[in-house]
Formats: sequence, structure tokens, C-alpha cells
Amino acid sequence: MTAEFWITQTFNGLSYGALLFLLASGLSLIFGVMRIVNLAHGSYFLLGGYIGLSVTWRTHSFVLALLAGALAVALIGVGMERLFLRRLSGHLLGQVLMTIGFALIFQDLALLLWGGDPYSLPVPGPLQGVLTVGTLRFPRYRLFIMALAVVVGAALWLILDRTRVGAMIRASVDDAEMAQGVGIRVPTVSMGVFALGAFLAALGGVIGGGFLGVYPGLDFEILPYAFVVVIVGGLGSLPGAMVGSLLVGLLDNFGKALFPELAYFTLFAPMALILALRPTGLFGRS
Amino acid sequence: MTSGVRRAAIGPAALRTGLVPLVAVVVAAVAPTLSAYPLTLLTQAAIVAILAMSLDVLLGYTGLPSLGHAAYFGVAAYTVGIMSTDYQRGFVSCLVGGVLLATLTAAVFGLLAIRATGTYFLMITLALGMVVWGLAFRWVSMTRGDNGIGGVPRPDLPLPWNLAAPLPFFYFALGAVLLAWVLLGLLVRSPFGLSLMGIRESESRMRALGYNVWLHKYLAFVIAGAFAGFAGVFWAYYNGFVSPVDVQLVTSVETLLMVALGGPGTLAGPALGAAVIVFLKNVVSVYTKRWLLILGAVYIGVILFAPRGVLGAFRREGR
Repeated sequence: MTAEFWITQTFNGLSYGALLFLLASGLSLIFGVMRIVNLAHGSYFLLGGYIGLSVTWRTHSFVLALLAGALAVALIGVGMERLFLRRLSGHLLGQVLMTIGFALIFQDLALLLWGGDPYSLPVPGPLQGVLTVGTLRFPRYRLFIMALAVVVGAALWLILDRTRVGAMIRASVDDAEMAQGVGIRVPTVSMGVFALGAFLAALGGVIGGGFLGVYPGLDFEILPYAFVVVIVGGLGSLPGAMVGSLLVGLLDNFGKALFPELAYFTLFAPMALILALRPTGLFGRS
Repeated sequence: MTSGVRRAAIGPAALRTGLVPLVAVVVAAVAPTLSAYPLTLLTQAAIVAILAMSLDVLLGYTGLPSLGHAAYFGVAAYTVGIMSTDYQRGFVSCLVGGVLLATLTAAVFGLLAIRATGTYFLMITLALGMVVWGLAFRWVSMTRGDNGIGGVPRPDLPLPWNLAAPLPFFYFALGAVLLAWVLLGLLVRSPFGLSLMGIRESESRMRALGYNVWLHKYLAFVIAGAFAGFAGVFWAYYNGFVSPVDVQLVTSVETLLMVALGGPGTLAGPALGAAVIVFLKNVVSVYTKRWLLILGAVYIGVILFAPRGVLGAFRREGR
């Protein structure tokens, strides 16, 4: 266990955490406003990756892939919210079954459209290779993910904390009924937040395609991570999603490196413990 | 409240109580004329029905939507898998070991989960389920990871029939589901079971009446885990194989679907729901590769078109 090991693993953990932040911040926002436990959130990640892949094959543009993947999935999210989930407001079990139903459908459609082979999304030239600092090597793509997560996190914070729209979202999170009463169109806010959440998850999917790859089963593999982040951080809390992502990224990475046999246990057990001690998560409000 | 739970509770009790034995007798009478494949499906349905009924104690009677119920099922199945292959233990010690370990797991997890309500209960049970899945998947030296544990022999009981054959094993599983149905039926009709329903309807009132709500919920959680373990034991023997699929999230959610489809708060309903889903999965997958698509549509259809078993009872728990 040299210093190099610790630095490299910490870097890997943080960059994985950055990717998780893109995925989980949307889930947390959706929960905050709509109280929906969305089990199709991992599917948004997967579909984003696949759509991004197809766009890259056609246009060879990474930026277009990011935009197309994220926007297309945002539209899917809006459709799901408006046509199906809205009528299940407050009905926990119904939401769980409905969203898992969608997750299964998306999984099968993805298999039908893109087949069962694993793919890796081509990364543009400037993001390939490694940055060497002394004896340490940092993959550029992972640095890019961390930078993007910082930008997205800052943008989300500015929107939520400094703008009128953000105030409306926060009001809807705190008390949807009162927000409605003072003239905020909570259903419109909900739709917007759901679209944003799906957009961010799909963005994560396209980005993740560059180093996790895109393959069948990725949706249900990544979903628990998003849940763990949101649970640890607290449902509906942006700072919680940030801290939770980094914590989960690090726990997962060190767990896999130090105790390969107990890797998932080292991730999920601390989370169960945090929940037992603080049932609303680190930053959550009851 | 217009929930299916309440409707069923004041419905013709004789019909509800008679349904399960009636179905059991008819199926048992028809079974000898069936070929191996339908018998296998019936066996599978019987075992999964035990799992669905055990979840119903939590979901239907106590109002606790657990998203990790496959954990106790899986712990017992793995216990049988390991004990019967690595240590060559017989049926009785495997049964006791499997149910005991599942019960212990539920006893520990219950301590963590019961404090939480609504969405948080859902999420913590999901997380606890993932802990078990993670161990099944990664603790390769114990569980053989993704490859699973194969070669679980059929029970070696000193019976005149060979339990390796489909028909005797079906009767064996049918006996198990009837035993579970009788025991769980006694449980939910007991004063304890009635208190659980009281907690489901109004936790605060039950508390005001002096009931120890935490203890009631905790015991319900542990009992449900024990019966899920009972199902898991038979599942391991039925499949001859245990793998992380048995403990994954989708298995837990599928059990929820069975309960929701059949109507929570009626033991016969979830048993029927289990049979419907087992047959649907197997029959549809014969005709098309797109069975996941159809299963997904069933999930959505149940919520949209048959919400009576689903809607209402849990509306209050949205926040």
C-alpha cells in the first residue's frame, strides 16, 4: 500500500463519484419534488448511453451525442411523468411497480434495438490519454468527468438557490400544497424537474459510455448506486447528492480494491448503518 | 377507504377460506394426468406462493412495503445450497438451517428497518436486500459468485416416493404451501394479526391504545422473513441451483407485483398472483423472446387497470 496506491484509488473513487453525481442528483431532485421512487432511473442512464452511441456512430461528434442522448431521454421522462406517473401521486407501491415495469420495457427495447454486445463509446481525441504528474498517471477522460460534474453541480446550485425558477422548485419541495396555493404551478414544476432528472441521468449515461461502456444489464447495475447516493445524502438534497456521490464513489472503489470479496457489502452496509442512525440521510429533512 | 383490503375483509369469508383448499384439491387430483413441464410450473407456483404470502404479512396486513424480501428467500436458498453440497447435510438439517438463518437475517435487518416509515422503509429494505445480493455476487469463496451453486440434490426423506420425480416433488411442494397457508392464516386471524391490521390502518391510534407498535411491526418483519426462508429452502431443492438471481432486486419487486396483483391483505390473493406471474413468465417466454416487454406491460397494466388490490391502502404513505 504505497502512497501511489492511495492517490490513484482516491482519484478513481472521486471520478466515479463524479459520474454518480450526474446520475443521482436527478433522482434526488425528482424525489424531492414529486416523492417518486423512480426505479427506471438506471434505464435513463442506459438509454442515454445507447442513443449517444448511435449518434456518435453517425456523426462522429461527442458533443452531439451528449446533447441528443440527454434530450431524447428527457422527452421519454416527460412522457412517463405526464401520462403515467402523475396519476399515482402519493401512491408509493404503485410508483414502484409502475417504474419497474418501465425499466423492464426499456431493458428489452434496448436489447431489441442495440443487441446484446457490449460497446464502448468512442472518446474524442483531446480527452484520450493520460496526464502524468511525476510518477502518477491520471486518465484525461476521468479528469473531464470530474470537471463536468463540478460545472453541473455549480449550475444546479445556482439555479436552485439564486433564480426564481429555483425558488419555485424549492417551494414545491418544502410544501407542494402551499406552493400551489401561492400560485406556483406545481405540476409544471414537477414535469420540468422530472425532465431535468432524466436529462442528467442520460448525460451520465453518455459520459459513462466512455469508460464503463454500454451493455445490457448496466441499468440495473447502476441503479442501486444511485439509490445509495440519494439515501446516504438525504432525499431531495443537492448537497446531500454531492457528498453522497463522492462517499459512495470512494467506498466502492476502496471496497473493490481492498476487500474484493466483500465489495458490495462495504458499500451497502455503511449505507444501511447511516440510515439506521439517521433515517433521513446525512442532509435530509424529515 | 375503498381499498381491496377492506373489501376482502368483509367479503364472504367462507369463499376466501375455501378457495385455497379447493384449488389445492383440484390441482392435486389433476396432477397425475399432467406431463413433467406443467408439473414443474405448478411446483414453482406453489413455492413462489409461499414467498408471496409471507410478503403479504408485511405489505397487506401491516402496511410495510418491503423492497428486499428476496433477501430472506435467498439466504435460506444459499444455506441449503451450501449445506447440501459442501457438507452433504440432509433435508431436515437444511430446512432448519435455512429457516433459522433467514429468520436471523430478518431479525438483524428488522432492527435497522422498522424505525423507518413510508419511502424510507422502502429504501432501507432495498439497501438491505442489496447487501445480501452483494454478498451472493461477490463472496465467491462462499457463494461461488455469479456461477451460483449447482448440484443441490432432491430431499433424501425416507418416503415411499422418490422426490427426484416431478409428481412426488409437486405434492411435497403443495404440502409446504398448504402448511404455510394454514400457519399464516392462523397468524393473521389471531389477536396479533388483528393488531397488525390496526397498525396498518392507524399507527398513532394503536399507539394511543397502548400497543407496542414497534414490537408488533418487528415481529411481523421477522415472521415474514422466516416464511420467506421456508420458501427459499424449497426453491433451492426445486431448482437444484442457487444463484444471485434469487436474491436480486427484480425478484423482490416481482414478489411485490404478485401480492399487488392478487390483492394485499388476503393470503389467497397473493398465492393466486404468484401462480399467475409464474405461468405468465414461463408461457410467454415460450412464444416470444420479448417476454420482459410483456412482463413490464403487466406491471403497468396492473397499476392502471386493476388498482383495487393496489390503490388506496397505501395512499397515506406517500410522504
